[in-house]
Amino acid sequence: MVGPRVIIVGAGPAGVRCAEALVAAGIRPTVIDENRRDGGQIYRRQPDNFTRSYATLYGTEASRAAANHRCFDELRGRIDYLPETLVWNISEGHVYALRDSRLVELPFDALILCTGATDRLMPVKGWNLAGTYSLGGAQVALKAQACAIGRQVIFMGSGPLLYLVAAQYLKAGAGVAAVLDTSPWRLRLAALPKLLAMPRALFNGIKLTLALRRAGVPMLSGIEPLEITGSAQDGVNGLSFRDARGEVRRLACDAVAIGYHLRPETQLADLARCEFQFNPTSRQWLPRIDAQGRSSVAGVYLAGDGARLLGADAAEAAGKIAALAVLEDFGYPFKAETVAELRRKLATLTRFAQGLMQSFPWPAGQAARLSDDTVVCRCEAVTAGELRRVVAQTGAREANRAKAFSRVGMGRCQGRYCGHAAAEIIAHAAEVPIEQVGRLRGQAPVKPLPIGIAEDGA
Amino acid sequence: MTAASDVIIIGAGIAGSAAAFFLRQRGRSVTLLERGLAGQQASGVNFGNVRRQGRRLEHLALSNRASVTWRRMRELVGEDIEYIPEGHIRVCYRDRPELLDEFAEYAREAGVRGLDLEIVTGAALRQRFPFFGPEVLGGSYSALDGHANPRLVAPAFARAARRNGAEVIENCEVLQVEKAGEDFLVSAADARCFRAPILLVAAGAWGNRFAAQFGEAVPMAVRGPTMSVTEPVPYSIHCAVGLVSPLDEEDVYFRQIPRGNLIIGGGLRGPAYPDLCRAYVLPRNTLGQFKQIRRLAPAVGRLNIIRVWSGIEGYLPDSQPVMCPSRRTSGLYYAFGFSGGGFQLGPGVGDVMAELIDTGHTTTPIDMFDIGRAALSATAMAAIGDDA
Repeated sequence: MVGPRVIIVGAGPAGVRCAEALVAAGIRPTVIDENRRDGGQIYRRQPDNFTRSYATLYGTEASRAAANHRCFDELRGRIDYLPETLVWNISEGHVYALRDSRLVELPFDALILCTGATDRLMPVKGWNLAGTYSLGGAQVALKAQACAIGRQVIFMGSGPLLYLVAAQYLKAGAGVAAVLDTSPWRLRLAALPKLLAMPRALFNGIKLTLALRRAGVPMLSGIEPLEITGSAQDGVNGLSFRDARGEVRRLACDAVAIGYHLRPETQLADLARCEFQFNPTSRQWLPRIDAQGRSSVAGVYLAGDGARLLGADAAEAAGKIAALAVLEDFGYPFKAETVAELRRKLATLTRFAQGLMQSFPWPAGQAARLSDDTVVCRCEAVTAGELRRVVAQTGAREANRAKAFSRVGMGRCQGRYCGHAAAEIIAHAAEVPIEQVGRLRGQAPVKPLPIGIAEDGA
Repeated sequence: MTAASDVIIIGAGIAGSAAAFFLRQRGRSVTLLERGLAGQQASGVNFGNVRRQGRRLEHLALSNRASVTWRRMRELVGEDIEYIPEGHIRVCYRDRPELLDEFAEYAREAGVRGLDLEIVTGAALRQRFPFFGPEVLGGSYSALDGHANPRLVAPAFARAARRNGAEVIENCEVLQVEKAGEDFLVSAADARCFRAPILLVAAGAWGNRFAAQFGEAVPMAVRGPTMSVTEPVPYSIHCAVGLVSPLDEEDVYFRQIPRGNLIIGGGLRGPAYPDLCRAYVLPRNTLGQFKQIRRLAPAVGRLNIIRVWSGIEGYLPDSQPVMCPSRRTSGLYYAFGFSGGGFQLGPGVGDVMAELIDTGHTTTPIDMFDIGRAALSATAMAAIGDDA
């Protein structure tokens, strides 16, 4: 029997565990990944000639990282692995990818999208100055290249990554000027019952903050960002904010890392024509999936943070669950008990993730308070004022309509980094609920595609 | 309750919105009904060519009339629609030298009809348009053509019409139209009803649905153009550029906007789904377009595209629109089926239809766009099957 042609996009924890389960059932999946090496973002592997230990690179998650890497290493030879390959479109049962400046076109019967997540960003005046990074970007610089984004770095935003990356910088010997959290402390206390669903993770989080405190890093909660200061020539030189007591303060720094938890990378799901639904808790649109990761489109499955922001452990479980759904759908034997067990595990992790979301909410209200001269869309240099003007003058109250008139989200990143904030600004200016603003439609290519791309035989 | 006006227009694309605007200028009360948002379909997602040259000679009168309006747009609609009247050049490759003779012949004929063209070849071509590849033989340059931002034009007309007193109703899908006595009764999906003695169908790829309700269905095919846009690079190419070829797959055109991005169109078209209001770009068509743009302007081959898109265009067998009074029902007018070429004409179409409706005749000849022409006959209908 010829098995189904299965493609997994992403070789992070979800993709790796998905591949493992498929291989165990006798299927040889194709794993396509944008990175040079497996591991995804969280278990990103350093370049070959780098020698930092697992403990240095992954801290408390060292054994999990090692297990994921080992698992993937053992799969080699039983999967078709395409690293450094960007899937830029999905159409009519085919995946279109870019590898080595060449086109790769692959048909599939089942497609499992394990595309992970990137930082969710709220603009702040001056965030377009050189020296401003996302928390994830700051972490990648450290993990992949052993580089810090600056000598005196301010970490600002909210979410577990804020403390994790700051602590990683501290450990690596970089200067951490401050950790500024927009969420007030009391939310973390209120979320404690949910956070206790994962005592180990909670304990690790507390340990990180204690390490930062012991090192004397100023740590403030309940702040409101005001402005990243600096110049076009020299980049960032400081940051001003309003502290929890309402006082305006300014700190010097030469780099800022910002992020407000994560947003799933859903462009491929969008191109595969999957349906989305609004999630009121996180105020973002998520692809619709069933309990086993099936999307609204037959043959397309979603797993990991690209579908639901539940973290790496949950991604491993979701990857496996999606693989079992593929097995079920294509008539392979599979153990229902395994699915049930994995789903129980996922339920615990979901409770913990809800606790995190409650502790570190997306600061939606900030969007309304951004000054008119704040750049919202950095690709197209669209300011908050321009977006508000377009809403007022043209009556645009839907994300794609406002994009058509203002160019917000029309640039290189297609609104992946400004789309959420732009939607909040539109909702506020048009006085409509955020879900009515909708979401920016994704278009191919997922990332810029060279016109010089070579085709087979070309 | 039924709202009454002098004229109901179905479809707030560029033709319908412009017609509403010009009818208000003539003092007619207008209700403009749009199932989605103004200019959201083909009028808003096309390439943005404001080009006269290359159109059939008998279309130039309408195209010239539109051209006059384009140059007055800011004054007329009161906002910037990013119109760049910096010229248009269309060229041919060395392997089709006969096209250059056709350009010269066309230029002679167009000149008589008020469109001045200049044939450019050899060193002059290389010097003035250094971006062309070695395969390009020569071209025809139209100094008074240009390009504009399609996303802005129809909405600007609709807003201007509204400011001047038109009733512009968006998110109002018309389900049925019928003539009851002297008036048309138009019923929308949200149960609203509209009444007027005159009805203009300007519903683009959906226009045929209404023509069919009056027994005048035409053979229409729907397709989606293949569009893409590059990352921004320094603004240096001000005119719109097109390649002429008898082969659809060779067809390619581009323009640069002051922001720096190059917008590229042409090549094979993709599938369109009018019922879903969606059209999709096929990846293979994008790649085909890449191949052609590299031939036409090799330097563009070093850029990246950042987005592709499409829209739903209604094509008639002879690539000419329907633009006329109904042959069967008095008070009924049509302006649809522009076959991918309606953007430049749009303001002229609105102007002419307003004149026709207001005065009963028009100074611009439109006989060739009649719904009863042979190309739209029952035989043509049978040939195209169910594609409509």
